[in-house]
Amino acid sequence: MSLLEVKNLSKSYNNFTLQDVSFSLPKGYVMGYVGQNGAGKTTTINLITGLSQAAHGMCTIDGICYQDNPRKYKEMIGFIGDESYLPQECKVSDIRFILKSMYTSFQLEYFNQMIQKWELPENQKIVSFSRGMKVKLMFASALARNTRLLILDEATNGLDPVMRAEILELLQNYIEDGEHSIFFSTHMLNDLEQIADYIAFIDHGQILLNKPKDDLLESYVLVRGDSLDLTPTMKQKLIGITSGEFNFEALLDSDETMGFDSRFVMEKPTIDQIMIHQIKNGGAAHACN
Amino acid sequence: MKILISNQSELPIYAQIREQLKEQILNGQLPSGTVLPSIRKLAKEVGVSVITTTRAYNDLEEEGFIASMQGKGSVVLSTENKILKEQYLMRIEDGLLTAVETAKRIHMTEPELHALITDLWKETLL
Repeated sequence: MSLLEVKNLSKSYNNFTLQDVSFSLPKGYVMGYVGQNGAGKTTTINLITGLSQAAHGMCTIDGICYQDNPRKYKEMIGFIGDESYLPQECKVSDIRFILKSMYTSFQLEYFNQMIQKWELPENQKIVSFSRGMKVKLMFASALARNTRLLILDEATNGLDPVMRAEILELLQNYIEDGEHSIFFSTHMLNDLEQIADYIAFIDHGQILLNKPKDDLLESYVLVRGDSLDLTPTMKQKLIGITSGEFNFEALLDSDETMGFDSRFVMEKPTIDQIMIHQIKNGGAAHACN
Repeated sequence: MKILISNQSELPIYAQIREQLKEQILNGQLPSGTVLPSIRKLAKEVGVSVITTTRAYNDLEEEGFIASMQGKGSVVLSTENKILKEQYLMRIEDGLLTAVETAKRIHMTEPELHALITDLWKETLL
């Protein structure tokens, strides 16, 4: 059963249109939301969290939409953003007070444990915190509540590898019982790629691809070679070809490798490479005039 | 139980997990009756996605190595020698196929390749 259900979300700004975005995330799973800067990741997230209103479409968490019960809806979401949305002039003690009065499910003891574990100073203004400290505080705030869905908006950008590993472990603990899900957006996939069950690509405000990660990785091979070795039929099969002086690189459907013999180098693509070549191939541009 | 994931491997991660478990089942390190960790526990411990470990377990179940039992989790089934041989035969075929293709690329003849194999066979006997 799906925890997060997004249906035909649309929203227009001056220079940007989010168009008919739909996907669903089952209970107990992780979805990575991937796209270039300005592709519409944060717009989608703002619509999910209820921060902005969609022109069309709807989204539900555990069957409830924001309008049904804003308080319950918001209590189910834990949000961690790329820049601290925590008030800069506050201290940890202020945050504790705010969370306690805002959320019925706030677990004070758990929050204190995390603050202690991460050695976050009680009486220092957040503005003086390092990036890592801010992220830790956001995680402590989100995880100390009884949420169902964690939404991470570029949350692990700029973290050191040790911290990132620690976060990965926290996230995997979060979903282990099969009742909680995670939705994360990123433009640097290797961050959280390893734990993602589903990958959705967004480009120019439209969903380009949405698949289980393992299927996605198996759908394509990355091929490099000399353009002179390509017959016209072979060339037609290539997706998003980039040519250099000495070679070309492109994606190829895994079932279409006929004719690509030992003159070519074939390897497993990374998700980043799939994204680059899909976008190179036109992405959603054809639908955006 | 031991699972080592390599990002350099040609095999996708679910296949690496599947093959490593299979090997440990076949060589007796995971004897029949062993209860495997849950799909979610394994995903967490190995640091991969739940779908990945689900797929590994599904494959093993399909191939008759494990069975999922209600309320108990996944349990290792007993294996016969037949399967063991089949598995290894496939691996040998794979290796030889690579050797044959590589030999052809440098226009090596069939007898030359045979001779090479014979030499290697003797070498590893020492």
